[in-house]
Amino acid sequence: MAETTYRDAIRGALLEEMRRDERVLVLGEEVGVWGGSYAVTRGLHEEFGSRRIIDTPIAEAEFVGAAVGMAMGGLRPVVELMTINFALVAMDQIVNNAAKIHYMFGGQIRVPMVMRMAAGWGQLGATHSQTFEGWFAHVPGLIVVMPATPYDAKGLLKSAIRSDNPVVFIEHSRLYGMKGEVPEGEYLLPFGESDIKRQGKDVTIVTWSRMLQVSLAAAETLTKEGIECEVIDLRTLRPLDMAPVFASVEKTHRALVVEEGWTTAGMGAEIAARISRERFDSLDAPVERLGQIEVPVPYAKNLEALMFPDEARVVEAVRKLVA
Amino acid sequence: MAVEKGEALDWYRKMVLIRRFEEQAEGEYGKGRIGGFLHLYIGEEAIAVGAMAALDPDDDVFTHYRDHGYLLARDIDPKAVMAELFGKSTGVSKGRGGSMHMADVQRHLWGGYAIVGGHIPLAAGMAFANRYLGRSSVVACFLGEGGTNIGTFYAGLNLAAVWKLPLVVIVENNHYAMGSPVERVSAVREIYRKACAFDMPGVQVDGNDVLAVRNVVRERVAVARAGGGPQLIEALTYRFRGHSMGDPQRYRTREEVETAKAGDPIIRWRHAILEGGLATEGDLRKSEAAVEADVDEAIRYALDSPAPEAGEIDRDVLVAEERGHG
Ligand SMILES: Cc1ncc(C[n+]2csc(CCOP(=O)(O)OP(=O)(O)O)c2C)c(N)n1
Repeated sequence: MAETTYRDAIRGALLEEMRRDERVLVLGEEVGVWGGSYAVTRGLHEEFGSRRIIDTPIAEAEFVGAAVGMAMGGLRPVVELMTINFALVAMDQIVNNAAKIHYMFGGQIRVPMVMRMAAGWGQLGATHSQTFEGWFAHVPGLIVVMPATPYDAKGLLKSAIRSDNPVVFIEHSRLYGMKGEVPEGEYLLPFGESDIKRQGKDVTIVTWSRMLQVSLAAAETLTKEGIECEVIDLRTLRPLDMAPVFASVEKTHRALVVEEGWTTAGMGAEIAARISRERFDSLDAPVERLGQIEVPVPYAKNLEALMFPDEARVVEAVRKLVA
Repeated sequence: MAVEKGEALDWYRKMVLIRRFEEQAEGEYGKGRIGGFLHLYIGEEAIAVGAMAALDPDDDVFTHYRDHGYLLARDIDPKAVMAELFGKSTGVSKGRGGSMHMADVQRHLWGGYAIVGGHIPLAAGMAFANRYLGRSSVVACFLGEGGTNIGTFYAGLNLAAVWKLPLVVIVENNHYAMGSPVERVSAVREIYRKACAFDMPGVQVDGNDVLAVRNVVRERVAVARAGGGPQLIEALTYRFRGHSMGDPQRYRTREEVETAKAGDPIIRWRHAILEGGLATEGDLRKSEAAVEADVDEAIRYALDSPAPEAGEIDRDVLVAEERGHG
């Protein structure tokens, strides 16, 4: 096994799939010569040229829509939306076209495409610091992936590219530099399989994306106090694999959902509802949720630092849960 | 006239088919057998028929929601179109789409789209795929003039122009977007002039003259197919019916509608055929009678067809993923 960054793992998936299948192409703003705003596509233009690595105008709705049309026409486009914030501009194309076309026309048409986008923050202010994966996970007809590790990112992106469905693939800007084990050979990971990233018997933490790292750090601290957290990484938010979560709650009787976005009407609300509904009798306490403060993200460093769940807050929430 | 008898009669039959099909659909709507929105194409038939005559069978078509006419003009079975209106499993979209969302991929008709302007980027993407995969097909994208005021029109055409895509955009200027006349909502009244923003050819045609439409579309399609990039056509027409069912039409006078009806594309083509000696009154009558029977049959078929099974409700939400990779 080699240590690889999250960024390189994603690039590796793109590279392998593009070499494997001529129909796979990448399009988006500055994906070509520039190499992508987070340098994910760096080097691809050199290998594949402008025919397959396509720089687009700044027109998210239109290039996402064009990718839908390309997919309908037999290609397998991978669209890069610089950040998830700009996906808002393309929401109609994602929700009304990509997600609906297969069903609405009676199954005649397939839309095999991937929409990659980065969530994240870093003193970028309110418009550039959002995390609303729940908006996509709300929509039947989409697959929503949000990987937390280089290994998962690579295996899931390869599956996304080979899938015949529209896949929203949400990366995290603060994970791009993170290193992890990635095997040399080819592998694919299926959608809808949550992964137990740490075993424990006292509390179940359900999380995904960057909050996995925060949760694992908190679990490490808590173990010194004799509290053993089981940390479950959902990896895909639609389809959602709750079976390992339910099994875990039967053992721990306590659950905490840690998400980076706002909790109101967020992804965590869905998780909490399902646990409460399906494992009501196993629970010794209400399912707890931790998310960002319900305000637009501020610029000032000290204020921004208050926004998101961090290790200390997760530790505190777990302590309260087991108290 | 550069039209043969067979062609002339075929266009006539198709225009009458669209007219009778929709008149009957209107009646069925009144009986409650068709639900939701029903946007009639009556008065605009020459555009769909003329344009389809100019396209090859494997050229691709995207349309807005006023879409019955394109399907019928593309020789898609009226029975399956009517069954879709009735929400039956035998409908073109298996009863899942309805009036506004009809597709028949076998005939390269990729669907009616009901979010104004939302299909323009899709058409561009299809044109990209055609070129990428070495297919010589051109994509035709139809929309109303109201749809030229939304962002996807501008950014979509810009994308098509930057990529020099084999795309022909046909704007049906029927003068009203619901109740909004062109001049209230568009800074430029002659829609074809909007092409200059993309340095793209833009032409205007009398959309009630089926031959003129065929000729202009044929010319633009040839340019696009030869690598000349996207083309914009504005076809001038008039919608004889309300925007959808139950439109009280407060935005225009009865006189205006009656005046417009003098330019009825079907009557015009009828005269042209007779004057040009392309066919006889008897030929036309025979064609009308055949259409009448086809539409009656379509309604009977739609009525007799089964509704989709309840178990169909969650089919085709996603394509099944291949399991066991990795
Ligand atoms: C984005 C969007 N906004 C509003 C509507 C509601 N709507 C449906 S048709 C229509 C008018 C469109 O007029 P035009 O494009 O000229 O086409 P026509 O109906 O005249 O054929 C409107 C506003 C819609 N379907 N989509």
